[in-house]
Amino acid sequence: MAFGAFATAEPVAAPTPRKKSRIALFLLLPGILYLLVFFLAPLLSLVFTSLQTPSAIGDIGAYDYAFQWQNYLTVMELYWPNIIRSFGYATAATIAALLISYPLAYFIGVNLRRFPLLQSLALTLVIAPFFISFLLRTLAWKQILSDEGWLVSSLQTFSLLPPDAQLTGTPFSVIFGLTYNFIPFMTLPIYTSLERLDLRFVEAGSDLYASPWTTFRTVTIPLSMPGILSGTLLTFIPAAGDYINASRDFLGSVDTAMIGNVIEANFLVLQNYPAAAALSLLLMAAILVLVSFYVRRSGTEDLL
Amino acid sequence: MTLQGGAVLTDAAATTPAAPRRTFRLGAGRWGLAAYSVIAFIFLLIPIVYTIVFSFNDYRRTNITWRAFTLENWTQLCNAQGVCSAFANSIFVGVVATVIATALGTMIAIALVRYRFRFRASTTLLLFLPMATPEVVLGAGLAAQFLAAGVAKGLGTIIIAHVMFCISFVVVTVRARVASLDPALEEAGRDLYGSPNQVFWRITFPLLLPGIMAAALLSFALSFDDFIITTFNSGPAVTFPKYIYTAAARGIPAEANVIASIVFFAAIIIVVAAQVSSAARRKRQLRQG
Repeated sequence: MAFGAFATAEPVAAPTPRKKSRIALFLLLPGILYLLVFFLAPLLSLVFTSLQTPSAIGDIGAYDYAFQWQNYLTVMELYWPNIIRSFGYATAATIAALLISYPLAYFIGVNLRRFPLLQSLALTLVIAPFFISFLLRTLAWKQILSDEGWLVSSLQTFSLLPPDAQLTGTPFSVIFGLTYNFIPFMTLPIYTSLERLDLRFVEAGSDLYASPWTTFRTVTIPLSMPGILSGTLLTFIPAAGDYINASRDFLGSVDTAMIGNVIEANFLVLQNYPAAAALSLLLMAAILVLVSFYVRRSGTEDLL
Repeated sequence: MTLQGGAVLTDAAATTPAAPRRTFRLGAGRWGLAAYSVIAFIFLLIPIVYTIVFSFNDYRRTNITWRAFTLENWTQLCNAQGVCSAFANSIFVGVVATVIATALGTMIAIALVRYRFRFRASTTLLLFLPMATPEVVLGAGLAAQFLAAGVAKGLGTIIIAHVMFCISFVVVTVRARVASLDPALEEAGRDLYGSPNQVFWRITFPLLLPGIMAAALLSFALSFDDFIITTFNSGPAVTFPKYIYTAAARGIPAEANVIASIVFFAAIIIVVAAQVSSAARRKRQLRQG
């Protein structure tokens, strides 16, 4: 989910669906089969892999099918700090992105309403980061935040940062990178719900002598809740699984490794496929629990 | 909660309700909000400007500190070893994956809006799940599958992976367009003795085209920039993001910045053109209606 020009929208009114199951089947079958073979089956394959045990032959990367449930306990014991860190970083980045995005989305969706051209320009600016390589824009931040960079040295000159402090490789820079990279995922859905906000409700609030803050809290926020809900999901999910920002060559260090980094290392470097699979499934399960909780909160099962 | 894609890109203003007569006043807060937003835009653009500026850097081994201005990186793009082939691979994968994903996704989108069938709810769930799954899980799952099946990884497996995660985004984007289509237009086609084939290709398809184009652009952008799923399923094949990831340890050549800048400007031109054409279409519709 890199580009995600995603946004909430009202459920579209379908023109009376007809029942012609043969045509429907013809239209659906290729795509659905594709997803069954290359999305669902791999997830099942992950379940089998997660229960494997190292092969008796002893080759690295050779595993036999078994029901080694122990694998789950092993990875949790070994990698619980990474698991907690992932969810901690992702939560912090989601909150930061929400705080940055909401006023921005409000400005574009409400204040720029009477200026369609400016509104289009503003939206283009919001999605502009999607058009430059994810890896390069993260590396750009690494260089801007680096110890030799003017930012760190000027912060040190004004004593805002201790002379021996560094920004890159710290949890701060990882959360900073995650926040930056996923802001558009947050801004767009909130913008879409605020763009549709009927300002007469807000005016009614002030007519009834509510303070601007009360009106905002009791009218604007609840009406933009669908956008906030999908924005937080769209930020949190990719942030929790991301391993580029936290990687050593980018904004992180060994001490900031997230669950994604561990899965990558186990799968691609150590060839410990069962561990990588078990961790992937744990991540997936945690996210599914979260999503279903969210879906229930938002009161609709209709996600697509 | 409805997740909707793509539409934002091209039809943003089309969904805007008519501006209310009474201007909404937030007093001084409005200017504060404007200033805040300008700062936020600058923040969002910093790494982009950085990347473009450093594409003109006369770098030696690593492109980290500014040395001098040069156009050489732009004129001799392929000097840096492997950059051009990685770029070509990304374009190839992006185009093939986009064509397949757009075709499959468009068919599903039409079926979902137009037909009632059993397993509709499970189909919707199957389409939603890939978008709610972290990339690292999608990548590892497919890689585990290829490993079990003994499939050799390369450009082919990258394309398979990219089609898989693009389909859902295409469905979401095209679905909105199908839903807004007036069925009376197709009925008129049938009344005029158009065969189902003629009705589809002469009426339905042209009307869906803006949505399909938006979906294809989104799909290409997703594919072109994907690193995580790609790296699990690429084997020895190198795409542009994979090139950058490997180069990050030893130093990115400025030629990579050039390619990223070219892609950036191309995308901006496409988005602006789409907005201008949709604005022109709206104006035409207003004049006619």
